[in-house]
Formats: sequence, C-alpha cells, structure tokens
Amino acid sequence: MGLIIALLAVALLILIATIGAGTLGLHYLFGIVIPYASLAVFLIGVVYRVIIWAKSPVPFRIPTTCGQQKSLPWIKSSKLEAPNSTLGVIGRMALEVLFFRTLFRNTKTLLAKGPKLGYSSEKFLWLAAMAFHWCLLVILLRHLRFFVEPVPSFVGLLQPLDGFFQVGLPIIYISNVLIALGLLFLLFRRLFDPKLRYISLAADYFPLFLILSIGTTGALMRYTSIKANLIPIKQLVTGLFGFQPVIPAGLDVMFFIHLFLVCALIAYIPFSKLMHMGGIFMSPTRNLANNSRIKRHINPWNPDVKLHTYEEYEDEFREVMKAAKMPLEKE
Amino acid sequence: MYDAGKVITGIIIFLVLVTFPIWFNIASGEAAYTPDPTIATPAEQCVESLEYMKRNHMDMLDEWRDIVVRDAQRTFVAPDGKTYEMSLSNTCMKCHSNKTEFCDKCHSYVAVDPYCWECHIEPEEVTDGNR
Repeated sequence: MGLIIALLAVALLILIATIGAGTLGLHYLFGIVIPYASLAVFLIGVVYRVIIWAKSPVPFRIPTTCGQQKSLPWIKSSKLEAPNSTLGVIGRMALEVLFFRTLFRNTKTLLAKGPKLGYSSEKFLWLAAMAFHWCLLVILLRHLRFFVEPVPSFVGLLQPLDGFFQVGLPIIYISNVLIALGLLFLLFRRLFDPKLRYISLAADYFPLFLILSIGTTGALMRYTSIKANLIPIKQLVTGLFGFQPVIPAGLDVMFFIHLFLVCALIAYIPFSKLMHMGGIFMSPTRNLANNSRIKRHINPWNPDVKLHTYEEYEDEFREVMKAAKMPLEKE
Repeated sequence: MYDAGKVITGIIIFLVLVTFPIWFNIASGEAAYTPDPTIATPAEQCVESLEYMKRNHMDMLDEWRDIVVRDAQRTFVAPDGKTYEMSLSNTCMKCHSNKTEFCDKCHSYVAVDPYCWECHIEPEEVTDGNR
C-alpha cells in the first residue's frame, strides 16, 4: 500500500511539472517561484525542527555499553566508544556522521535448525548507505558548477576524478553508477525482506523513488538524446542564487521536471525522516560525553526545593533545645 | 533551549554551508553573466542546425572520431545533402578557429574540460599568445 502511494506521489509530481512547465508553459512559476519557496521551506523548516529538538531537556548522560567507561587509571578505557571529553565526543560524532559507525555494527538475527537463535554481521546495508550518501555529496558538489559563477577550482578537480575511467561521452561518472546501485539496494531490501516490507511505509518509499527519479532525469539529460542545453540552465540557477532571477530561452521540460523534483525533495526534508541529517547531531547517545561518574549532572526540570538544613534548624530552636538539655552541635 | 550556544553555532554553520551558492554569487557579482561565443570566420551554415549543435556537438565529435579512426570513413553527409570531411582540425576549426573566444567561453562557464587537445594540436592563437 505504502509502496503504491509513494509511487503515485512521485508520478503525480512528474505529471505536475510536465503539464505545468511543458504544456502550460508556466516557466516563471516552476523556474523561480517554486524554487525560492522550497528553499525557504527547507531552511526555515530545518532550523525550526532543530530548535524544537534543542528544547527537550536531556537530564542525564546515556552511557552506551559498547565501550569501557573511564574509571580507574589502570583500566583501559575506550576513548571513542565511551568518550569522557569533548574531543572524544567530536571523534565519535565524526565517525558516526562520516562513516556510519553504528550502522557498521548492524547485525542480522537468524533462526537455524534446532531451533537455534544466531546473530551474524550484516554489512551490506552499511555499504549501500555509504555508497549512496557519499555519492550524493559528490553529486551535490559537482552541481556547484551550475550554481555559482565563477566555478570554484575544487569542483573542477572533482570532475576528472569522478570520471576517472573516461567511459563514454559525456563521460560516465562513477558517483552516478554507485548512487544508482546504492539506491536500488536500499529499495530492493525493503521490497524483498518480508520483515522490512511489513514495517515499510509510504514515507520510507517516497524519498527513495523521489531521489531515483531525480537521478534518472539528470542522467537522461546528460547521457541520452534528451540532452539539455546547459547554458540557459546555468543562467537560470545562478540568477536564482544571486537574487537576479531570469528565465532564459531554451529550457526543456526534462529540466523543469528535474528541478521540480529537487524542489519537492528539499521542501519535503523538514517534514520527513530525511531530517536525520540534522537529527544525527542531536542524538544523546552520540553527542554526550560519558562522564556521569566524573561530573554531577543535575536534572534541568528539578523543582527548586526549599531546604531547611539541620544547622538552620538548630539556630532556630537553639534556646529551646538548650533549655531541654538536648545535645547541640554548636554551643 | 538547552546547550543553546552549541546548537546555535551548529545552525549557523549549517546555514552558511547551505547558502554557499547565494553568498558566493553575490560576492562574485557574476550571477547574471552570459557567455557570448564568437566565430572568427563565420560560414552560413554549420554541418547541423544551431539547436542540434548546441546540445549534441560532443556526441557528433565522438561519433566522428570513432568512424574516422576505426572505419577510415571520412565523409559526412549533412541533413541538407552537403558533404563534409569529418575532421576537427580541418572542418570544424576552419570556421571555429578561435578556441579561446568560441569553445572555451561556454566550456569554462559550465566547467567542462573536454580532452580534444590531448590528441589534437591546439590551434595557433592559443599556443602563440594569451594563455
């Protein structure tokens, strides 16, 4: 069900762009208004959600059990798995963000004959996720050649590296092949694993289909006879980013579909699980130093309790207590 | 908000990185730049239509290379019936002789670095002067 809804939603988006920008020729709407609107939704939405998260109190440290906590000097502690300093936390976070360390520890449950329960390492999800996310970053950075004028030199360095094998013309980028493989693995894993299929919702399939469609429209414009004329495309995009929007002549429907799908993806991020790109930094098990035994952490929602210490009590009733010959700490 | 200092620093870093194209374009002031390639010795008609050449010249050159190098075929019949010799240096560069003012204009605009000149000798105007 979720699968069909997600598929229909992406098909509808493509249809809207085809009719809107193609048949009706609403280039101003699809080329300028929608991109600006979706960029605004993206920026405001992401900041808003991060601030909402930051308002939740984190009363105590959550020590994860994957590493030895720092204790006595002769017990070797795990500085990256259970860091007790900010530097260690930065290291753990960097490993998580850049190399998906927790996903690397992913395991698979098996039921063997017997019946015997077993666990085995499952690295393919990690591999596909790494391929997908890193390629997405490379593709995004490569796209800077259409976003900014003059093109920064690191973009020029990235392209020959990405097209290292010089296969075909225009040269097929390694990142394009890998991202397709990664995405298809992530999709087929949801489709062919019955347990995963059971828990997969439209919100799980939709981003996959959306990003696949964005990649496909991009690849069509680069590798097939539906070639795009890049000059007006860059004029449109630099115009948008430089706040001097223009609609140049020579833009195709395929480009508008590509752009509209990207706008949909960007505007969808704050409302969806794609917010994990901000959420990863807000994960208490990743971003808090495991120093519960070193530092006292006071629960932020503790009420302000009025205390009446014994010293104050004695001061108050000193005379009475003295008269009753009760033992006093201070005479 | 808890850990406001750290969270706001993070948000600012995020916004600065994401809006990189905006402030880069505003700082460079080149957002409205349009490349204007010029032809030194214009002929009336290219081997294909202008619209076709804008999008597909790289495919055509690739095709020509394969046909010439592998099949030793050197004649190209244009859609209008005219025949041309399939040669970058002798046919294309006859009209489009000014690499810096023609090819490079659009190529550097969209940061394309074609490897034509790894085999072909670059036209004189470049080797002589302003590079």
